[in-house]
Amino acid sequence: MKKSRWTLVLSLVLVLSVFLSACGGGSNNGGNSGGEGEGGSAEQVLNLTETAEIPSMDTTQATDNTSFKAMNQVFEGLYRLDENNEPTLGMAAEEPKEEEKDGETVYTFTIRDDAKWSDGSDVVAGDFIYAWHKALNPDTISPYASMFGTAGIKNGNAIITEGDPLYGKVEELGAKAVDDKTLEITVENQVPYFKSLLTFATFYPQPEAYAEEQGDKFALEADTMLYNGPFVFSEWNHGEGWTYEKNTEYWDADTVNLEKITTKIVQDVATTVNLYETGKIDRAGLSADFVDQFKDNEEFSTLVDPTMYFMRLNQGTEALANKDIRKALYLAYDREGLVNVLLNNGSIAAKYFVPKDFVKGPEGDDFREFAPDGFYADQGEEEAKEAWKSGLEALGKDSVELEFLTTDNELAAKIAEYAKDQFESKLDGLTITINKQPWKQFLELEDSGDFDISTGGWGPDYPDPMTFLYMFETDGEYNRMGYSSEKYDELVSGAKKETDEAKRWKMMQDAEKVLMEEDVAIVPTYQKGNAILQKDYVKNYYVHSFGADSSYKWIKIEK
Amino acid sequence: MGRYIGGRIISMLITFLIIASLTFFLMKLLPGTPFNNQDKLTETQIVQLNDKYGLNDPVPVQYFNYMKNLLSGDLGVSFQQDGREVSTIIGERIGPSAYLGLQSLVVGTIIGLFLGIIAALKHNSFLDYGTMVIAVLGISIPNFVIAGLMQYWLGVKWQLLPVAYWDGFAYTIMPTIAIASIVVATIARFMRTEMLEVLGQDYITTAKAKGLSSTAVVIRHTIRNASIPIITIMGPLVVGLMTGTLVIEQIFVIPGLGEKFVNSILTNDFPIIMGTTLFFSLLFIIVILIVDIMYGIIDPRIRLAGGKS
Repeated sequence: MKKSRWTLVLSLVLVLSVFLSACGGGSNNGGNSGGEGEGGSAEQVLNLTETAEIPSMDTTQATDNTSFKAMNQVFEGLYRLDENNEPTLGMAAEEPKEEEKDGETVYTFTIRDDAKWSDGSDVVAGDFIYAWHKALNPDTISPYASMFGTAGIKNGNAIITEGDPLYGKVEELGAKAVDDKTLEITVENQVPYFKSLLTFATFYPQPEAYAEEQGDKFALEADTMLYNGPFVFSEWNHGEGWTYEKNTEYWDADTVNLEKITTKIVQDVATTVNLYETGKIDRAGLSADFVDQFKDNEEFSTLVDPTMYFMRLNQGTEALANKDIRKALYLAYDREGLVNVLLNNGSIAAKYFVPKDFVKGPEGDDFREFAPDGFYADQGEEEAKEAWKSGLEALGKDSVELEFLTTDNELAAKIAEYAKDQFESKLDGLTITINKQPWKQFLELEDSGDFDISTGGWGPDYPDPMTFLYMFETDGEYNRMGYSSEKYDELVSGAKKETDEAKRWKMMQDAEKVLMEEDVAIVPTYQKGNAILQKDYVKNYYVHSFGADSSYKWIKIEK
Repeated sequence: MGRYIGGRIISMLITFLIIASLTFFLMKLLPGTPFNNQDKLTETQIVQLNDKYGLNDPVPVQYFNYMKNLLSGDLGVSFQQDGREVSTIIGERIGPSAYLGLQSLVVGTIIGLFLGIIAALKHNSFLDYGTMVIAVLGISIPNFVIAGLMQYWLGVKWQLLPVAYWDGFAYTIMPTIAIASIVVATIARFMRTEMLEVLGQDYITTAKAKGLSSTAVVIRHTIRNASIPIITIMGPLVVGLMTGTLVIEQIFVIPGLGEKFVNSILTNDFPIIMGTTLFFSLLFIIVILIVDIMYGIIDPRIRLAGGKS
């Protein structure tokens, strides 16, 4: 008995000494990763993690990336996004017939004969109409209900506008089921990204009879929904993770290689990295502090997102109403330091507002190509100081105090400190006070214009520069900084109506030029990058620039 | 004794109702809406969503509705995971948290008592100092540091234990050590002090004088008497385990209740905030009640004092 006591004490001391030696040991990251599954046959199983639970699998209710990503694997609209972010046929058997009628365009879609729900029943045109009406109905309204209007579908906007005679009248939507396999969509306002939008979750069908039968329980659990995409949920343990299995009823099942995909919710980045290193997962997102450790690893790569970060300059305040002052801030900020040191994840320094590698124009060239390096690209600190001087003169002041509103997460706080340092060290007489607020509080303050400078980010809702540009129209809901330019408004509203693609494109480029060069209304800072680790045996993991974050349909394991 | 317990239960219920009411009103002071993409919603949509969840009613009306439902056992549905019952969500999360909490408590208590006893018996020896060093470290090193180090060394470097997930006994070892460290440390220190005090008592000398073997003295007299005050610290320790496992759950990817608790506050998921808060308070109150009752049984003085009023 005595002996066993001793053993226990000793083993505890041993365990403890492990912690202590580890404290001083530093991180000599060894190459013993991937210890599992070596030399095994190429089992078509992919293991992934997510940082959040799926809040909703109801296509009309979801609003977040995790949900959209999951839905893209198990559901399918008329189209789905392919490798190059182009819409490719999904539930639609062929490209629709187009017909012009009284200034409206009627698209007639035929649904595939072999389009099936996972219980073997047919996907019918009525399933689309059912889901779309549900999304627009005031009682079950979708947070993304405005997508119908964005797509230009007839009465899409009117139905969700309170006070409109058509408000709530979902049957007035320009979409109807002619028969089980024919879906007719009437478009009152043609937009070039119409087909791309149809890949978005809000436009997916829902199995009408089944959903009605399930009632409140529909789509709450893995076994209370039906799937029409490449995979089905075989398991969904809320808060823990979910598992996909190949959908044998899927029309294109022959193309799908993966048999199974496991997804676990892991919030801690260090844990994610540890799981990756022990071969438990095949892909891991890295935060900036892990980038240096893995930079030279073959499995490391960075991706650029079409998400922009920028500062709103409140033009309702005396100082920031002055263009020179705004220009000084725009130029004084060293973006290279931000992306190379602070972010360190492949993010790009940006002196532009519509992101790179996002959309291509009528000629097939990237929107950014008309001003690849952005605006005032060759100007820097010197010009900033000049602008600052003339700005102060115009104001008749020799010092200015500005409040910098930001959120309370760790990275945002670091970025705010960086901005403060950049501005104060280069612009004499400027004092920046940082105001850190929790996200919801931040939004309220920003919305009520209670700030001088505020940090913002914006990702696209649809593949068109307009998803960025419409923000800063005079009455734009996301303007929030009292920016108003007749010229800008004219260009943006003109581009919304213009049907000639080349002209429209030009108008949007001019609008960006007005916003950035003429008015220096905002200070763009960077375009978001992501640093990831991915095992080399994972092939064809396609990442998308809008809508669902990625597609698993074409993934293949090659060991 | 019956009257004592009865009184305690009534005050317990009152405490519970006060907590429920306070939480409800404090929660209403949180800024923002409970919808996770509120910056993408239009005014009209926010009004519609508020209608759907009854958030446009005056707060007192919402309060009475909530309390009415609560008393009939209905905790409502989550806003964030549309339509899932709060009770279901808590139900599926409580298992791992409870398992881990209990296992850590049992392991930690046993080791802690053991170390405390040894330290006291070998007072001022190398063993005593060693144990106390462990105890001080256990209290002062945050458990997430211990967790991170274990994960790196035992999980990644030596591949002795699984890095994370919740899939069988092997998966519980590292989190248990991390959580139990504070229990071990607290109990070891406490037990040592109590033992030393008891060892100096006259009745120990008497016991030794009447010829009992030293093993009998230690087991029958010292440990038993020294253990009584341990119950005092068990209450707060249990509560600490219930709420303090959050970080550990996150690091080891354990689908427990802690994560739900914190996230619900960040996302303004009112029904979940209420549900988890009430659940934790209820546990807390019950633990205190049990501790009080045990006191009453062990120490008659407390029972008498309670009974008189």
